[in-house]
Amino acid sequence: MSPILELQNVSRAFGGIKAVNDVSFKLEEGEIVALIGPNGAGKTTLVNAITGVHTPTAGKVFFEGGDVTRQKPFQAARRGLARTFQIVQPFPKMTVLENVAASALFGGHPESLAEAHDHAARELDFVGLGHVAQSPAASLTLPNRKRLELAKSLAMSPKVLLLDEVNAGLNATEIDGALDLIRRIAARGVSILIIEHLMKVVLSLSSRVLVLHHGELIAEGPPQEMVHDRKVIEAYLGPKFAERFQKEMALG
Amino acid sequence: MMARKSPWPLIAMALWLAALALTPVVLGNYEVRIAISIAMFTALALSWNIIGGFTGYPSFSTAAFYGIGCYVGALAQRSGVPAALAWLAAAAFVGGVSFLIGAIVLRLKGHYFAIGSIALVDISRLVVSSWGEVTGGGNGLNVPLLQGRPPEVSALVLYVMLGIMAAAFLANVLVDRSRLGFGLRCIEQNEDAADMVGIDTTRYKIAAYVLSAVFPGAVGAVYASWVGYIDPTDSFDILTTVKVPVMAMLGGAGTLLGPVVGAVSFVLLEEIFWANFLEWNRAIMGAIVVALIFFLPGGILKLDWRAILRRPSRRKAAERKPG
Repeated sequence: MSPILELQNVSRAFGGIKAVNDVSFKLEEGEIVALIGPNGAGKTTLVNAITGVHTPTAGKVFFEGGDVTRQKPFQAARRGLARTFQIVQPFPKMTVLENVAASALFGGHPESLAEAHDHAARELDFVGLGHVAQSPAASLTLPNRKRLELAKSLAMSPKVLLLDEVNAGLNATEIDGALDLIRRIAARGVSILIIEHLMKVVLSLSSRVLVLHHGELIAEGPPQEMVHDRKVIEAYLGPKFAERFQKEMALG
Repeated sequence: MMARKSPWPLIAMALWLAALALTPVVLGNYEVRIAISIAMFTALALSWNIIGGFTGYPSFSTAAFYGIGCYVGALAQRSGVPAALAWLAAAAFVGGVSFLIGAIVLRLKGHYFAIGSIALVDISRLVVSSWGEVTGGGNGLNVPLLQGRPPEVSALVLYVMLGIMAAAFLANVLVDRSRLGFGLRCIEQNEDAADMVGIDTTRYKIAAYVLSAVFPGAVGAVYASWVGYIDPTDSFDILTTVKVPVMAMLGGAGTLLGPVVGAVSFVLLEEIFWANFLEWNRAIMGAIVVALIFFLPGGILKLDWRAILRRPSRRKAAERKPG
């Protein structure tokens, strides 16, 4: 069985800076993989390179076995390669329902406008925003805006979902709600690549973790191992602290 | 927005068209001229509304579309093409030009797009002025006059202009209710997000730009036939390019009736100031435009008319109480 999403030696440079450097990985169907790394590691740039916002300067991206390296963002969306934004991007003057209907209409494959609306309403219920469907999107609270982002990407009936820090800025209770929601999305058969800083989310959701540092993949493996990996701790805390940390861990 | 659309804008527009169409029957020559002016500018403002209002791209290309329309219509008529066909040819030609230019300048956003679109006006004017053997250069061109007595000719021009205005309005209504309009509104509010939900933004913007070009092309050609003489400075007037967006914004950009209301108000105000303050009219007009942009940023139609109408009566009631 071939992977649903595969990156082969993908690089993206901005002038002399290599924001993403020679990254390769595979996402299998139905998998939840976490992408972690310190701030500025190139996580969002990697998502941008996958969805066509920034075309990779080298390497190839395959989606369902086909080469999609040079796709435009709207083509990615229509193919079923959806994403959310770290900084939420609603259509502020439209209602919540219209926001999601836009995704369903343009990114999905509805028979009609009415069907797009039905689909949008179902997704809003799914993420728990049914009660604010008619409110303007600009009036939503941050946790609800994050849910709106999710509903918008789900309305495109994606096969792969790239979640860019959907939990940033949420409190503990809100995160529990978001975790449950992501699990339910995965249960629908959507493969997920999740960018995350919160270790609680990473540990409880993902089967595999990719660690990005200075644009390069420095480690890859099961979440429990990654947390104790020397290179990963160094990337986050620097070599000195990593040494002390590991000594303390060894002493128990 | 996706709820069922109110029929009122359509009804109001039908009544307004009928009223304008009656001017040759019930009013004099001067009023017919004003009616033609109103129909012309309403058509231009409605066209601008598709790119500037729905899509949120501040286009200053109107004068270019209009001027190219003038020249294509005039040249076609001079080589023997019947007037009606020449007008259609002008609309089609301008549509083609806007498609080619749009594919280039619509890659720019915001101020950059505005500057790119204004450059099109100057470039077209320079090409027409320098290409003397075809366009007559700075000497201008004579256009075959329409046949008939003067009142008949102005009535005919009025009806044709009203036809273009109705077509431009219909284009607005169709865009507003279609998938295209939904996509354009998404682009207006957040272009990156629009791209991300699967809208082919480049194609949508080009469609809006072309739709905003064909009607001004036709208006220019009809105008050329009416006045019988065109030259580069008059056809590619930078003032046209500024006036038209001001009209649309004055009424309310992105709404169906906004450009209609804006064009009427502007043409009538301009007429009043021309007649009464021959030397100061531009300055007064400028002051009014600045005031409107400061105090009425959403346009006349976005005002809460009910609240304004209620206020005086409430004040009266308050005055009565203590007494």
